[in-house]
Amino acid sequence: MTTVSNSVEQKKGFGAMLWDWLTTVDHKKIGILYLIGGGFFFVLGGIEAMLIRFQLLIPNNDFVSAGFFNELITMHGTTMIFLAAMPLLFGFMNAIVPLQIGARDVAFPFINSLGFWMFFFGGLFLNLSWFLDAAPDAGWTSYASLSIASAGHGIDFYAIGLQIAGAGTLMAGINFLVTIINMRAPGMTYMRMPLFTWTTFVASALILFAFPPLTVGIFFLTFDRMFGANFFDHTMGGNTIIWEHIFWIFGHPEVYILILPAFGIFSEVFSVFARKRLFGYSAMVFATVLIGFLGFMVWAHHMFTVGLGPTANAIFAVATMAIAVPTGVKIFNWLLTIWGGSIKITTPMLYALGFIPSFVMGGVTGVQQGAAPLDYQLHDSYFIVAHFHYVIVGGVVLAILAATHYWWPKMFGTMLSEKLGKITFWFFFIGFHMTFFLQHFLGLMGMPRRVWTYMDGQGWNLFNLISTIGAVLMAIGVIVLIINVIITTAKNERVGNDPWEDGRTLEWAIPSPPPFYNFAQTPLVRGLDSYWIEKQEGHNGYTAAEPVTDIHMPNGSIIPFFMTLGLFIAGFGAMYRLEHDWGLPVLIFGLAFTFLTMGIRSIKDDLGYYVTKDQIRRMERGRD
Amino acid sequence: MMKGLKKWRLVTLLAALTIILSGCGEEYLSTLLPAGEVGQDQFNLLLLTTGIMILVMIVVFTIYFIALAKFRRKKFGDDHMPKDVEGSHKLELIWTAIPILLVIIMAVPTVYYTYKLGDVSAMEATDDEGNAENLVVNVTAKLYWWEFEYPEQGIVTAQELVVPTGERVYFNLISSDVKHSFWIPAIGGKLDTNVENVNKFYLTFDKESEGLEDGVFYGKCAELCGPSHALMDFKVKTLSPDDFDGWVAAMQETEGATASADSADAGEAAFAQSCIGCHAVSGVGTSGAAAPNLATYGDRNRVAGFLEHNEQNTIDWIKDPQKYKPGNLMPAFDSLSDEDLDAIADYLHGLKVEE
Repeated sequence: MTTVSNSVEQKKGFGAMLWDWLTTVDHKKIGILYLIGGGFFFVLGGIEAMLIRFQLLIPNNDFVSAGFFNELITMHGTTMIFLAAMPLLFGFMNAIVPLQIGARDVAFPFINSLGFWMFFFGGLFLNLSWFLDAAPDAGWTSYASLSIASAGHGIDFYAIGLQIAGAGTLMAGINFLVTIINMRAPGMTYMRMPLFTWTTFVASALILFAFPPLTVGIFFLTFDRMFGANFFDHTMGGNTIIWEHIFWIFGHPEVYILILPAFGIFSEVFSVFARKRLFGYSAMVFATVLIGFLGFMVWAHHMFTVGLGPTANAIFAVATMAIAVPTGVKIFNWLLTIWGGSIKITTPMLYALGFIPSFVMGGVTGVQQGAAPLDYQLHDSYFIVAHFHYVIVGGVVLAILAATHYWWPKMFGTMLSEKLGKITFWFFFIGFHMTFFLQHFLGLMGMPRRVWTYMDGQGWNLFNLISTIGAVLMAIGVIVLIINVIITTAKNERVGNDPWEDGRTLEWAIPSPPPFYNFAQTPLVRGLDSYWIEKQEGHNGYTAAEPVTDIHMPNGSIIPFFMTLGLFIAGFGAMYRLEHDWGLPVLIFGLAFTFLTMGIRSIKDDLGYYVTKDQIRRMERGRD
Repeated sequence: MMKGLKKWRLVTLLAALTIILSGCGEEYLSTLLPAGEVGQDQFNLLLLTTGIMILVMIVVFTIYFIALAKFRRKKFGDDHMPKDVEGSHKLELIWTAIPILLVIIMAVPTVYYTYKLGDVSAMEATDDEGNAENLVVNVTAKLYWWEFEYPEQGIVTAQELVVPTGERVYFNLISSDVKHSFWIPAIGGKLDTNVENVNKFYLTFDKESEGLEDGVFYGKCAELCGPSHALMDFKVKTLSPDDFDGWVAAMQETEGATASADSADAGEAAFAQSCIGCHAVSGVGTSGAAAPNLATYGDRNRVAGFLEHNEQNTIDWIKDPQKYKPGNLMPAFDSLSDEDLDAIADYLHGLKVEE
């Protein structure tokens, strides 16, 4: 590890390093920033979850108050979905997708940085609600009648925070779409793209179509609460059901935005650690696209009990069940990938193997809920809580943990301890099933979700107790992971290009971590699993598609940071406008500041810089 | 690792089984012990889908465990290179076609029951004399209590729904503040009470509630509606049709009942001073009251829908309602003297229409 960039970095002082991270447009660094930001919020959401479970440990508990409990559940859901799961996935997409397609960066590095800062400041804004007023308390779905009625500024924090973070997500989605369409190396046809790239592509398309409805919905909410509009006030001709539709038109695809990249991660892991190409690659791609498409056709299954009438319910019920088919195809293709393979149980593979039974259980209860008349019983009960945690934790979180272990060496050049990794897995996996399995039965036994406490004598005590114990086990697992990260970073044992030794895709053909320009020469892709093909032919590395030439690189910029800062400031202005004189000026100042930075960005020509041939040769030699 | 894995699975599986077999929940509350036709239809659908889903899981888990046992690198050695397989159209066709078939098997009863349970056409039906053929109850959900109006009978009650067994009871549901959801788990699935439109559905109550532990079925609010969402319980009394008619008649007889400030009963007098402005004591009326109708307070099963039904709880509640149901709209009457409170509680617990 003596690349120029790194040796230069090591000499920098703290200030210079901070400046470097604030201004970076390098997709690998932004990936790490997403991991840090998402990881922070994941821990925060986890603490909220623990408080929820402790409150429900015994009947009639008063560990937290009723109002605070509603803030906890709202912030737990919002944080985990918007500020933990999605950013963590974005972290891996950023770090890995450009490498997998043989690109030097994403299509719009500046926007990439802007997207990250918007997520981060949005999340910060949302969480400042804990200190400045009260946190939002109308559930992560923030259904309109309650969110309009909610006193204080909690829901305002929700609306503005998510608006800022959501805009960042939309930018990231567009960026990945353009990157994958335009930046693929020669020979990287669509049908040679690794599954993680494919799922990122489809998830980004979903973001493109799903986030604008959320933006519109949140603007309605913002105007209703802060600027005297009446979109959701039925006494003034508004309608609260509209919010539910808008929210779920976004909200259902959102589930697939999370789960598809998770599928991609597991597809990589299964194939690498079974030492076998993915079974039925084209079927997998087709299933991914189909799930993405159907994901937009089923939102009203979240609303079966709203009273949409039997015809709407029946149509959405059947459409929902249909999604089981492509998902089933995926499960069987994974099974057939490991069938006849050479399975090595590494930590990432352990997560992948744990994922199959967990996700199948989450999937089948999903189909059951798709049966509308049955859902009348299941809806808004603990059955639902069990179901979506089986899908999101059993699918998305296990995938994020698998990816953390799998790509850690590629991102940081050092390997997480396998032993601690497996300890984390067993604690987390057993704890997860203990927490959520019995919640299915709690729901069937009549326990509604989002209840602050429950009376004794309803037959729910034992299962709630077990559920809380399970949550403690999950927390222990996460703590072990954090210890693992600290120990690994302290030891800092460097690894080579392909530390798992069975790497199949392009990211394993270059050093860990990759130099800032990724590929000294643009690679030539000769088939699916291109690095595997090279290895089979005895090559170490990749086939270049071009001679060594000067590489054009973008300059770092602080503008994205300031652009977002302006919106962050404007948010406070909008929120306090009605009760403080300084509100309106702050709102105007914040927006003007953002427009000013946009102006600077437009007027100032920043053409980037070139890494010359000689520099590249020197750096590449230095590595060997 | 594998051995440990197997052992762990066995242990968890056994633990899970014991817990499942430990019961299906409480008879007055569980969807697994349906006490009405709607709940039974939904339970049957649960059994059907669970059966099919367990079938799917058995297939998946079998392949999974065999693959996991057979194809380990430890067995083959590190140098083993498995044969690459691109895919198999035949297999892929099978695992596309069979799920489609299973989905169709589930879709047919799903669509059938969706229409069946959504059929409220008989709601307005009248016989030759213009009398309604079916019982209709108008439910209004409010921050954190339930109002039940029987429009045809001209009576109204709160917190405890009283219905006859053996016939379809039709419901009009609406909310007067924020969205709630009306759910009686043992009887049938829920329906939301929206703020802007009336939702209609029916339920059938097949079992008389008298034999139950508390003599009532439990009802729940199933939509987050604020701090006391968890406490927005109601109770359901199911009576034989004859008893129900008797109850209706008794309710109708309370017409004109009121509390008088000049009453010799100190409780009634105090009630007339402080409470009657919001709480009616006559069961005759329509929905739209500011506070729960108390004509049947003495017959109730709970104070405020969830506290044990005794005079002390009634007194505590009147003194500080926020302590028990945060966010509810009743002001605290902590300025009342202890004697007044005792007397009011006495009076309230004496308000009965049942023998």
